[in-house]
Amino acid sequence: MTDALVASGLRKSYKSAVALAGVDLRVGAGELVGLLGPNGAGKSTLTKIAVGLVRPTAGHVEVLGQPCGSLAARAQTGYLAELFRFPGWASADEVLILHQRLARSDGGEAERRRLLELVELSAATDRRVEAMSKGMQQRLGIAQALIGDPRIVLLDEPTSALDPAGRRTVRELLEGLRGRGVSVLLNSHLLSEVELVCDRVVIVDHGRTIAEGTPAELTVPGGVEIETEDGPRRYPQAGREDIPDLIATLVAEGERIYGARVVSGSLEDAYLDLVGAQEQG
Amino acid sequence: MNGALADLRIIAGYALRETVRRKVLVVVGVLTVAFLALYTFGCVQAFDEVRKFSGPAEGVQIEEEVLTGATLLGLAMFVTLFLGTVLAVFVTLNAVRGDAEKGLLQPLVVRPVGRSTLLLARFAAASALCVAYVAVVYAAEIGLTAAASGGYVPDNPVRGGISLAFAVVVVVAIALLGTTLLSSTANGIAIFMVFGAGLASGLIGQIGEALDSASLDQISSIASWALPFEAIYQDGLHALTADVRGATGAIVQLGPFGGAQDAGPLLYPYVLAYLAVVALLADRIFRRADL
Repeated sequence: MTDALVASGLRKSYKSAVALAGVDLRVGAGELVGLLGPNGAGKSTLTKIAVGLVRPTAGHVEVLGQPCGSLAARAQTGYLAELFRFPGWASADEVLILHQRLARSDGGEAERRRLLELVELSAATDRRVEAMSKGMQQRLGIAQALIGDPRIVLLDEPTSALDPAGRRTVRELLEGLRGRGVSVLLNSHLLSEVELVCDRVVIVDHGRTIAEGTPAELTVPGGVEIETEDGPRRYPQAGREDIPDLIATLVAEGERIYGARVVSGSLEDAYLDLVGAQEQG
Repeated sequence: MNGALADLRIIAGYALRETVRRKVLVVVGVLTVAFLALYTFGCVQAFDEVRKFSGPAEGVQIEEEVLTGATLLGLAMFVTLFLGTVLAVFVTLNAVRGDAEKGLLQPLVVRPVGRSTLLLARFAAASALCVAYVAVVYAAEIGLTAAASGGYVPDNPVRGGISLAFAVVVVVAIALLGTTLLSSTANGIAIFMVFGAGLASGLIGQIGEALDSASLDQISSIASWALPFEAIYQDGLHALTADVRGATGAIVQLGPFGGAQDAGPLLYPYVLAYLAVVALLADRIFRRADL
């Protein structure tokens, strides 16, 4: 099966500033890939190149087997930009009608209703964009990205303006897309969200890929925590199999033990370690 | 091809809806009605005064109605071109750079629509709107002048209208080229300055004619070819009084018709070539732009 997105040796420079310094990235068919990195790492540039908004300085990107930015690639791609706006004078329904026509979607009113329901904007069908909150506009942006049932969706910070309930809605929506075999490239700063939904994570920094793998592969084990009379004691290098010996040693030293647990590491810890190492390196 | 045409229609429709919803047309309509009302008042007053005029010295034949009607229409044509330019600037002001900076353009550009189609659609919508506008205002001016004078119609009113339409299309094209390079405010300022430069070149030509200065004539001529809306406008102005002869013709030349001249048969082919070059340049810049 053709990969949904393949980027190889991707470089982008703006005069002397290097945004991408040779990134390789692959999003498999039906895969949900999280793209992480600090501000200015090149995540948005990479996404923009993939949808044809920005021309690469060097390298190559294919979307569903087509050159990125080609009409054939764009016809099968849904995209939500990090910074976007819809015309304030248009209603939610009018925005979706315009994009349906441009995407050559024949979904009609049923598709619009379904998408607005999906992003919980059913009650705002006729509301003008200028009368919507930022969060509502972001939901509308997500609905717009899903018009015409694209085979790959690129979302650049889709939850930045959403409240916790909105984030959960997007999470469920992403899981729904994966269930339908749609590939997703999710560019987000919310590591917990990425950890929860993504099959694979790619971390970029200074325009390069610094780590790649499943959230479990990237996550660093957090060690063992034992609760004693003096408070919790942390053993970062220990694992589950070390717990009996650790307890025995502590008891022999006269400590009273109230509990013990394996601390699972988080993607956030792994991310901060990797990015921090880059900064120091 | 059918897909591109359909996209062109969709984007042009979107651009026109935007001008209606943003109440641009309402503002322009109200201002135009105010201008036409003042123009009517001015016409009625001017023709009343002329009718009281006792006439020139014996032996000098002056057609007062022609002189007054042509002068008023010449001034009205200038105002119409100015209003058409204002409309052209405001409907194209942020079509590319401005909309891209606001994030309005990106959701459209990622759709399977060619950037050239998008630009062409914006050009078609703005041109259609501005041409319709100057045509309606110009027709109203001709009608009002005829009504106030009791029947005065200029020599070649159709050519005058065509020249206004072409002039405003040239302004739209320059403004769209500007919007591929400049943000909204900078583009608006730049286009008004270009328009002013065009008018200044017309005035320089008029002064050159009066002083019989070859240098000034040449400067004016070069500027008119570089900014051909001015040459088209002068050509249209000339058409209004092309057949006026004698003392009336001489006096008409002292008014707004001083710089008016027939630009010759090459003008319109040149304008079409000019539009093609501007369009190609704008298209090339837009297609290579990072958004």
